[in-house]
Order: sequence, then C-alpha cells, then structure tokens
Amino acid sequence: MSVQSVDHAALAPVYAVVAAAVLALLVDLVLAPGRPRSVLLVVGALGPVAAIVAAVVVGTGHRGTFCTPGGELPGGVTVGPSCSFVVDGASVGVTVLGSALALVVLGLSVPVVRDAVVPPGEYVFLLLCSLTGLVVLASARDLLTLLVAVETLTLPVYVLVGLVRRPASAEAAVTFFVTSVVATTFTLLGIGLLYGVVGAVHLDRVAAALSARPDARDLPLVGAAALLVLAGLLFKLAAAPFHAWAPATYDGAPLPVAAWLGTASKLGGAVAVVVTTGVALRPLLDVVGPVLAVVAVGTMTVGNLVALRQRRLLRLLAWSSVAQTGYLLAPLAVARGDGLGDAVAGVAGFTALYLVASAGVFAAVVALRGAGEGGTVDDLAGSARRAPLATAALVLGLAGLAGLPPGLAGLFAKVVVIKATLDGSAGWLAVVIALNAVIGLAYYARVAAACFAPSDGARTASVPVVVGATAVVTATAGVVLGAWPQWVFDAAARVANALV
Amino acid sequence: MNAVLIAVLVLPALGAVALALWPGRAERAAGWFAVALSGAVFTLTLVLLNGRRDDGTWHEVDVAWIPSLDVRLHLGVDGISWPLVALTGLTFLLCALYSLRHTPEPGNPRKLLALLSILECGVFGVFMALDAVVFFVFFEVTLLPMFAVIAVWGGAGRRAAARQFLLYTLFGSVLLLVGVVAAMISRGSADLLEWAAAPAEWSGRGQIAVFVVLLIAFAVKSPLWPLHSWLPDAHTEAPTVGSVVLAAVLLKMGTYGLVRVALPAAPEGARALAPVLGALAVAAIVVAGLVCLASTELKRLIAYSSVGHMGFVLLGIATLSVPGIQAALFGNIAHGVLTGLLFFLVGAVKDRYGTGELDRLGGIATVSPLLAGVLGFAAVGSLGLPGLAGFWGEAFAVVAAVDRGGFFTGLGVVAALGAALAAAYFLRLLRRTTVGPPGSAVVADARGVDAFEAAAWAPLVLLALVFGLAPDLLLSLTVAPVEALVAVVNP
Repeated sequence: MSVQSVDHAALAPVYAVVAAAVLALLVDLVLAPGRPRSVLLVVGALGPVAAIVAAVVVGTGHRGTFCTPGGELPGGVTVGPSCSFVVDGASVGVTVLGSALALVVLGLSVPVVRDAVVPPGEYVFLLLCSLTGLVVLASARDLLTLLVAVETLTLPVYVLVGLVRRPASAEAAVTFFVTSVVATTFTLLGIGLLYGVVGAVHLDRVAAALSARPDARDLPLVGAAALLVLAGLLFKLAAAPFHAWAPATYDGAPLPVAAWLGTASKLGGAVAVVVTTGVALRPLLDVVGPVLAVVAVGTMTVGNLVALRQRRLLRLLAWSSVAQTGYLLAPLAVARGDGLGDAVAGVAGFTALYLVASAGVFAAVVALRGAGEGGTVDDLAGSARRAPLATAALVLGLAGLAGLPPGLAGLFAKVVVIKATLDGSAGWLAVVIALNAVIGLAYYARVAAACFAPSDGARTASVPVVVGATAVVTATAGVVLGAWPQWVFDAAARVANALV
Repeated sequence: MNAVLIAVLVLPALGAVALALWPGRAERAAGWFAVALSGAVFTLTLVLLNGRRDDGTWHEVDVAWIPSLDVRLHLGVDGISWPLVALTGLTFLLCALYSLRHTPEPGNPRKLLALLSILECGVFGVFMALDAVVFFVFFEVTLLPMFAVIAVWGGAGRRAAARQFLLYTLFGSVLLLVGVVAAMISRGSADLLEWAAAPAEWSGRGQIAVFVVLLIAFAVKSPLWPLHSWLPDAHTEAPTVGSVVLAAVLLKMGTYGLVRVALPAAPEGARALAPVLGALAVAAIVVAGLVCLASTELKRLIAYSSVGHMGFVLLGIATLSVPGIQAALFGNIAHGVLTGLLFFLVGAVKDRYGTGELDRLGGIATVSPLLAGVLGFAAVGSLGLPGLAGFWGEAFAVVAAVDRGGFFTGLGVVAALGAALAAAYFLRLLRRTTVGPPGSAVVADARGVDAFEAAAWAPLVLLALVFGLAPDLLLSLTVAPVEALVAVVNP
C-alpha cells in the first residue's frame, strides 16, 4: 500500500470555492458592525469565478486523483486502475454551469442580505459550502464520493431554508431535513448491498463487474440495490413519488435559496442520477429503464396537474420544476445499449437549457418581489405597469419553461427530449410529454397573464441594480442560447462522451 | 434575390421591436410607420415573383443552424408557397391601414401593431420554411402574439376564448413536434425538399402513425371538424384585425402544412388515411352549413362558414390528385381574400351598430348602401358564385373528388349539397342584415364608410374579382410543383 499522491491541480476548483467560503466568513467577522454587508456577496462571488477559471484551465486534459490500482474483483473480474475524483469534459461542464448558477443566486441575494433578512456571513458561507458539494459531485466517480458530495450539496441548504425567522421557514427546513435524511439512508443501503455483491464502489468497476457477471446481474438483490440507490437520488431531484418536500420547501425558503434549490440543487440531482444510471448501472438498464419511465411519466403528470391548482407563486414553480424533472428523466428511461450516449447528451442538453430558463424566472421573481416572500400569483397584478423590464424577463422565462417562442431555448429543450424518446422508439412517451407540455402552458400562461392584470396601486419595490442586472443577464442568456442552441448541444455531447 | 427573401422575414421582426419601443407621444407616426413597413414588405413579396420558374424553389437560403439536431435554416419560396406569402403581406398591410383609424379597446395601437408584426414574421417563416424543425419553430412563433391580441383587445369573453385558443392550438403544435421529429428520424433528414423529392421508404405502420399525428396537428389549426371548436369563440371575441389575420392567414398554416409537411413526410400514411380525411372534411362542410343556418350572431356565423370553406380545401387535399390539391391551394387564397373581407365588413357593422346579433340588424342597405353593397358582394363571393374567387376552389374540389371515384364520388356529392347549404345561409345572412326594414340597432346617423375602411376593402374586392375571372393567374403558378408532389405522394 503506497501513500497516495494527490493531484492538487485537479482539485483546484474545489479549493477555490472552499477558500472563498472561509474568506466570506472571515470578512464578516472583521467587518465593523453596521457596515453594509453586501461586500460579502462580492467576496463570495470570487469563489465561483475562480472555480470556473480553474475548471477551464485544468479541464483541458483528462486527469484523475484518489486512484486505486487495478486488480481482481470478486467473481474473477479483472479491472484496471480507477479514480474517485476525475476532471474531464463532464466535470468541467457541470462545474461551469453550477458556478454560473451560484453567481446568479449570489446576485439575487442582494435584497435579503441588504435588508438583513438572513445573517450575511453565514448565508454566503453556507451557499458556497453547498456549491462545494456540487463541484465535487461533478468529478465524483465512485458511489461513496458521489453520496458525500450530494450530502455536502444538500446539508447547507437545510440551514439556508431555515435561516429566516418565519414559522413557514422552520417547518420547510424540518420537512426537507427529515425526508432528505431518509432518502440518503436508502441510497447508502443500496450502495452497501451493491458493494456486497460486486466488491467495488467505483462507477466503472461496478459497471464492469455487473456486465461481466450475469449471475450477479440476475440476483434480485442487485436489482433491489439499484432501485434503492436511485430512490435516494431521485429524492434530491424531486421526482415523483419523492417530490412532496419540494413545494413546502420552495415556498418557505428565502427567494434566492428557492432559486438555488430550483437550479443548482436540481443540477446536482440530475448529475447524480445520470452518472449512476449511465455509468454504474448501465448493465442494468433493462431493469432500471422501465422504472425510470414510470417515474418520468408519473413525475411530469403529477407535477403539471397539481401545478394547475396552485395559488402561491413559489409552490407553482416548485410543482412546475417537478414536472420538468419528468421530462429530464425521459431520455434516460428509454435509452438502451448504443443509444445511451445520445440519451445522456439529451439529458445534459435539456438540463442546461431548462436551468437557464428556470434561473431567468427566479431572477425575475426576485426583481419583482425584492426581499419578501414569493406571495400569491395574484400578487403579481400590475407588475407589467410597475416593472415592465422584470415582467418581460418573467414572461420570457415562463415561455422558456413552456417551450414556446420567444423562449426558444425551452423550445429546443423540448425538441431534444422528444427526439431522444423517439430515438429510443418510445413514441407513446413522446406523446405523453407533448400532452403534458399543453397542461404546463395552462399555468405558465396564468402566471404571465397575472402580471398584466390591473392592480390597486401596490407599492413599487425598489430593485437593486445587481438584481436587475442578473435578471437581464439570465434573460439574455436564454435568448442567445435559444438562437444558438448548438453551443449547448456541443457541450452536452462532450459531457456524454466523457461519461459513456 | 435571397436578400429579398431574408428581408421579407426580418423586416417585420425589426418593425415589431421598433413599434414596441415607440414613444407614446408619437402614436400617429407609429401607425404610419407600420403602414410604410408592411407596404414595403408586401412590395418585396411581389418582387419575389420575378424569380419564378416551374421546377424547384424560386429563391432559397440554406445555412447550418443546429448541426447536432440536423436542423438547417433552410428557407425558400415556390409556386405552392408564394401565393400565401403574398396574401400574408397584403393582409397585414390592410390591417395596418385599417388600424390607422380603428383601434379596438383598450387602445394602445403601437403594441397591437407590434404584435401583428411578430405574427407576420412568424407566418412568413411558416410559409418559407423548407426544414421541418424550422417550420415547427415558426408555427410556434405565431401562438403567443395571437393569444395576446385576443386576450387584450378582444370582446367581453376574451380571456376564456384566448386561453382556449392557446391550449387548443398548442395541443396541435406539440403533436406537430412529435410527428416532425418522428418523420425526421425515420427519413434521416429534416429537409422538406428532400422529403418531397423521393418517396418515403419506411414501414407502412410507422407512416400511418406519423400521418395521424401530423393530421391531428394540422386539423386543429385548419380547423377540421371535430377539432374546430376553438375557432368560433376565438373569432367572436377577437378584434377585427385579429379575426381578419386569423381567417385570412393563420388557418392557412394548417392546410399548407398538410400539403408541405404531412403529405411528403408519410405518403403511404396519407394514402391510407385519405378517405378518413375526406369524410371528416365533408362532415365539416355539412355541420358548418347547418350551424350557420341556425346562427344568430354575425361573427360566429362567418367563423363557422370558415370551417365549411376549409372543409372544401381539406377535401381537395384528401383526393391526393393534381386537380384536388390545386383546388385546395386556390381555395386557400380565395377563402383568405373573401373571409378576410367579410371580417372587415362585420367589424364595420359592429363598429357602427354596436352589435352582431342578426335579430337587431336589418335594412343596412337603406342607411348605408355602400357597406351593404360590399357585404352583399363578399357574401355571394363566399357562397361560391361563378365568376368570383370562391367558385373555383370549391367547384374543383368537388370535381376532383368525383373524378377519383368510389367512396370519393359520394363525398363529392355530399360536399356539393353542402355548397347549397352555404348559398342558403349566406342569402339568409343578407336577408337579415342588408334588406328589409331597419333593425333596432341600425341607426341612420351612423357614420359613412371612411377612407381607411375603403382602402382596406378595395384590394380584397378587386382580388376576388380578378381571381374569379382569371383563375389561371394562380393555377399556373401551382400546377408544376403540385404535379411534382403528387408524382411522389400518390404515384
């Protein structure tokens, strides 16, 4: 057993985020009481910026660290060396997207930090801790590292949700925490069972062992283990039937935290599910696929139908994000054999385009609501007159979620998913997705129309410049990526190449 | 010439941006700007005609857009699409002219004109697209602007009507997406010209499934009975210009899509389902005729008559023969001209007398002979009087159906009886509105026909006459491309 040499360059993005998190905490201590705390957000923003730079610089080649030499697994399966932490096209893509989303959320945090709705130092620190989890998750290539990363992503969010002193927030935080812990134990149990059978936790080794050993593949225990692992991860993604925490949590959380839950946390869940099913459980696709198909259909249908009845804005957005998760899973559910690469590219492309639209919606909501809570849909009345630009950004984002021009990014996201399902010769699933898109439009249109309803002169919330700029940037990103979706699809293809 | 093609597509979009940002002080100038812009665009659509040739596209733009989805920004105009492109240009010019004086409640004509400009861009895109995905994208572009036009400037029941329009037509367009992508995967290309150039070589059952999906998609838009129920509400609640655009242009996207996308995508499916399409089309003609006979509201009546007219167009397509599809394309234009005119006139009636209820109208001829005269002209044109544009499309659709023989002979006969129904309800319409003693709402001191109304009506009256007397002007354009299409679809 030799002492492992650690490739610190590969870890540079993680270090960058952790350093910024600690720095933010220190600056908060040093800064005289009474001084404006918005500077903490600037310090915090250094983390994701540095992470993006580091990821792009070190991500030019494939490198790994925390590696184990090759050997023989139980059942006589010979494997080469495997690494727990890998920098490749996939990890760079996820790191860049996740860090960009962190920047957006930091930008949207200006009102809550300025109005001291949340303790600023802790807030920025926790947000960056959560980002650390996402950045590690991007590179995690064994099941345990993956689970630890997912937990690092989620743990700070429990606290973030409860940071505001409102009964709703406390309730949301506890709901989220309790259900999330249960989910984690599922995944852990699943990993344990899998390890018991194949004797490995590295994704590539699990895949190699399962494909080389039909006896292991046919064990009911292995199927059960795979489903347990997935159940816990689907929980993080808020897929039915593990979605019930999302509406209460979104609605109780401060707006920027809801934005983080709806974008970066979603990205983390998607990465975890894709990496697990696409790499480790690949030999079990014929078992996992049908389950995912049922989950996808259930998720999109439940999400859309319940969203129709929501009165509160954040609950509506939460249910809509549940519905979108269903679309996200669809390509994976129908992928078999050689089609897996295209399916992973489809999921990656959809996720990126969806997250851009979703970030746009949250940015616009913060621009309209300031440091307050989400409120009801009817509270949006008169927005078009009071804040035409923010309303335009909201309508653009909603159109993106609905997949209609001018939200071309969302339209191509829909095209990608439909194409992936038809490629997997699941025409029925394509039709189900299509019909769900119609239901989805009903409530997106209701929110958009509410902005144009006459109002009885509610006060104008003053929008900080940073929030306005963030809304403009996300809206512009939506328009630009809608016009040139090839950029996203190229990146998605690189992700798929690196993984599959 | 490709610059002209791109200009036709891009100018309305730029115009929409300009109008959306137009300062509120210069309201009047915004109206004239819209007229100038749509006039220029219409002129450019006429310029496109000089690239005319019998084989292939007249003008073509083809650049890569999204390689990983195999989508190219492939645009072009040929004998099938040019008449619709020109009709679109004309319709939006007339709407801009009409809007100079007439803005429906709650005002703000700049925004209305901006939305109409986006709509125009979307419709041009649909008629020019030679790539299936690009076709779908532009098909979707038209959705939200039309929704907003109905939802903001519509009548009392506008919200429900707008929502119904939005969800119904989105239902159609998501199925369009499924059908287009399925066809694209099966044929290995999204290029509509490639689809039309060679017969599809994939399984018959797959083709039938794809054609069913595409048929439903386009049937919602056309609209084809029994998926038409959004149309009467949308028409009744929409402002005049909205109704005109809807009838003259937007419905054509459905029938055009059937010819341009659905037939080449799955010819075998089209052949298998042609009798079903024909039967539904004839059902539309008869049902619409009967509803019109019982209808008591002017706009609703015209809307249902649209369903009947589009039934003839769809019957023509269902025959899958050269004369049938020619008749359908002719009927498209004739319906656009005449029903566009009718909706302008109904708008004028409602402007003056405040109602479209037949019970409260009557005797318009005694107070406003010009309005009554043009209304009479449009009605007899629409009922298919020989010598006016409405005749040729419907007559040839029936002839083509009878020619095809078998089941289609029966369909042709029933359709001809449906045409008689059309004569009956249009004459009833005229009897209840123009002649007889003045109705309770018809007041003598209502204003006369103003210059802007006359300017909007005159070109349509003229076109109805020209196409009625010289149908060959249009038919000569469409014959070559239709022959090429039928050779592949129904050899």
